[in-house]
Amino acid sequence: MKTTSVMIVGVGGQGSLLASRLLGTLLTDEGYDVKVSEVHGMSQRGGSVVTYVRFGEKVYSPIVTEGECDYIISFEKLEAARYAGYLRKGGKIIVNTQEIDPMPVITGAAEYPGDVLETLKTQGFDIDDFDALSPAVEAGSAKAVNIVLMGHFAKCTSIPKDRWIQALNKVIAPKFLEMNLKAFDLGYGA
Amino acid sequence: MKKLVIGNEAVAWGLYNGGIGLVSSYPGTPSTEITEFLAKHDDIHSEWAPNEKVAMETAFGASLAGMRSACAMKHVGLNVAADPLFTMSYTGITGGMVICVADDPAMHSSQNEQDSRHYAIASKVPMLEPSDSAEAYAFAKSAFALSEQYDTPVILRMCTRIAHSQCVVDIGEREEVPMKDYVKQPSKYIMMPGYAKLRHPVVEERTEKLRELAEDCMYNRTEMAENREIGIITSGCSYLYVKEIFGDSVSVLKIGMPNPLPKKMIRDFAAKVKKLYVIEELDPVIENHVKALGIEVTGKQLFSAIGEFSQKTIRDAFLKEGVQITDVPEAQGEAPQVPGRPPMMCSGCPHRGMYYTLVKNKITVIGDIGCYTLGAVAPLNALDSTLCMGASVSGIHGFNAARGSETEKKTVAVIGDSTFMHSGMTGLVNVAYNATNSTVIILDNSITGMTGHQQNPTTGYNIKGDPAAKVDLEALCKALGINRVRVVDPYDLKACEEAVLEELAAEEPSVIISRRPCVLLKYVKPKTPLQVDADKCRGCRMCMKMGCPSISFKDGKARIDKTLCIGCGVCEQLCKFGAIGGKTE
Repeated sequence: MKTTSVMIVGVGGQGSLLASRLLGTLLTDEGYDVKVSEVHGMSQRGGSVVTYVRFGEKVYSPIVTEGECDYIISFEKLEAARYAGYLRKGGKIIVNTQEIDPMPVITGAAEYPGDVLETLKTQGFDIDDFDALSPAVEAGSAKAVNIVLMGHFAKCTSIPKDRWIQALNKVIAPKFLEMNLKAFDLGYGA
Repeated sequence: MKKLVIGNEAVAWGLYNGGIGLVSSYPGTPSTEITEFLAKHDDIHSEWAPNEKVAMETAFGASLAGMRSACAMKHVGLNVAADPLFTMSYTGITGGMVICVADDPAMHSSQNEQDSRHYAIASKVPMLEPSDSAEAYAFAKSAFALSEQYDTPVILRMCTRIAHSQCVVDIGEREEVPMKDYVKQPSKYIMMPGYAKLRHPVVEERTEKLRELAEDCMYNRTEMAENREIGIITSGCSYLYVKEIFGDSVSVLKIGMPNPLPKKMIRDFAAKVKKLYVIEELDPVIENHVKALGIEVTGKQLFSAIGEFSQKTIRDAFLKEGVQITDVPEAQGEAPQVPGRPPMMCSGCPHRGMYYTLVKNKITVIGDIGCYTLGAVAPLNALDSTLCMGASVSGIHGFNAARGSETEKKTVAVIGDSTFMHSGMTGLVNVAYNATNSTVIILDNSITGMTGHQQNPTTGYNIKGDPAAKVDLEALCKALGINRVRVVDPYDLKACEEAVLEELAAEEPSVIISRRPCVLLKYVKPKTPLQVDADKCRGCRMCMKMGCPSISFKDGKARIDKTLCIGCGVCEQLCKFGAIGGKTE
C-alpha cells in the first residue's frame, strides 16, 4: 500500500496541532502505520505553520516534501497557496476561505492576493474551498474552525463517520466535546 | 500500552520506565516537553531550574546521592552546562545519569544550528541518537544501565524532527530501581589536580571499552541489501529519509551511538559495498571518522552541512549523481509567490507598548532570547542585537564602556523575567560593580513565554503549578547594587515614556521592570475588543506603527479584528483623533 500524505497548514494559533493529533489517533486506531510531524516554538506565534500526517503500511519519513502531498487542508486562504507546490499531481486542497492578513500586508509592504484560489483553479488544481469560520461560530467558537475542516475532510476518506466520532471523543477535552462534535457535523455537511 | 507519542514524550517514558528519580531542566525548544511529560509523574522529583548549568549540576547531585537522574535542554543550553559536563566525564556517576540535548537543524526556533555531537567527542561522554519515537523510548530507557555499567553520564541527542514527530511506541512498565548507597569517595568526586590526574586515564580507558561496545550493540546495526552498489552510513532522521527513498534496496549502516563510533563495523561495511556515502545532518562527524580510518567516502560534498534534510534533498542529490530512483514525485504545479507570514508578537502582547516607546524615542536596544526577540521584525524593527541568553545585560555594559556617555543616554537592554533569572542577574552585577551608567529593562510577563508557558523563579509557582518561593525582582536588583529600580505598566504609554527618558537621563545605572502578564495566560481575561469609528479615522496609520496583528488597513481606514483584539488599549492611546474606542456602537 502506498503511503498517503496529508498537510495541515494555517496560521500559528489556529489549532492545527489538535487537528493533526485527531487524524493521527484516528489512523492509528484504523491500524495504519502513522507518522505525525508537529511545529512548536517560535513559529506558533502567528507565523505560517504546517504539520504533516503520513499513513500507510510502513511509513519512514515524518515529513512531506514538494509534489508528494495527497491532501492539503488549509485553515486560511493564503496559506493554501503558499504550500500548493507540495500537492502531487491529482491531489486535492481543502481550504477555509477566511483571510488573515500577514504582517507584510498589515504594514502595507504587500497586498493580500484575494483571487489566489481562482488562479490556482484555472491552473488545474483541485480545490474545495468553503467558509469554515461561520459553521465554527455557529457551533460555539471561532476556534472550532479546525474541527469543521476535519469534518469536511472526513468525507474525502473511506473511514466511516462513527470512527471519526470515536477519535474525537479521545482527543477532545470533555468540556469542549459537544461544541466540537457539532463543528465536525457542520463541516461534514458543508 | 501502545501510544502515538512525540519523540520527547517517548524520551520521558523511557526515562520514567528506566527508573528515573529526579529530572531538572531549563525549557528550550525543541527539548521542553521531555521535562513537562516527566512532571506528570508524582513519584519522581521534577523541576524547572533557573538555567541549564544549575539543572545539570542538580542532576549530578542526585546521581552522587545514588539516584537515577536526568536533565534536558536545547543545543545552546549545553553551552551553558558545558562546565559540569566536562568534569562529570572524569568523576563518573553513582546513580545512572542521562543528559538529553535537542539540536535544531534549520533553526526552527533557535539562534544557531550547532551540532551537539562535538560536545560528546570533546567531553569523552557516550552519546545515543534515536531516529524516531520508538527508538527514543528504547534508547532513553537503556541509557541508565549504560551509564551505570560504564560509570559515565550518557548524552541522548534529539533533533527537532524527532522530538516533535509522533509514531506509535509500545510503552512498558516502570522498573523500580533502588537508590545506591552514598559512599564518600574523595579521589573519584573531588576534582582537584591530584585526583583529576588519576581520573583522566580512566576516561580514556572507558572510551576504548565503549568503542568495543559500539562494534556490537543495540544502537548500531547494518541492513545489508542484495544490491551492494551503494552503501550508506547514516543516523537520526537522515536514516528515515534514506529508507523513504530506497526502502530495502540499498545497504545501510545505521549509527545510533555517534560517540564513540565503531571502527571495525565501519571497515567491514565499507568493504562490502562498491560506493560509500555518509548522510548526516549538520557537521561531518561520522564522515571525518570514516576518512580518518582511511576509507574513501562521499559526504558533505553532496549533502549540505546547512539546515535539515528531507527525502527530497537526499533524493535530489542522488539524482544529480546519476543514481536510479523510482517513484520521483510529480507536483500538480508551482506555488504562486505570496506574501510571507513571519511569526510576530501576539495581539495585546505586553512587550509591544514598551517597544513602541523605545522605537519612538530612537533608542538603541541590546536584545535577548525570548518572545520579545520578535520586536526585531517590521514594523517595529526595535532591536540592535540578539546573541544568547543573558547577553543583553552584559552586552549593554560593554557597549556603554566602549562609548561612554555618547550611548549611555540612548541605549537600553531588554530581557525577559525568565531569561533574567537564567543569566541576566550576573550581568547586572557587572553593570553595578564595574559601573557603567546602563539602563536595563526587564520585560516581566510573569512566565517563560516562547517555550510554551513554563513557570520560573519569578512566577511564584513550581513546575507542578504549586505555590513556590517567588523572587522579588525589585529587591533582587537593589541587592545586586542597582539603586534606581522602578516598575511600569507597558499598556500605559505615557508612563513607559516617562520611565525610559528619566532612567536614561539618570547619572547612575537603573532597572525598569515592565510588568504585565502574558495575554495567553489562562488567568488573563481579555477585555472587550476595541473598534474604529470610521467617521473619525483620518487614515493616518499611526495605530499601525506598533505592528498589532489585530489592526489592518482597508479602504483608507484602520480596522480592528474583533476576534483577535483583547482590548489592551495601546492603539487607543496612539490615535490623535479619538477614533479608537470600546463604545462606538
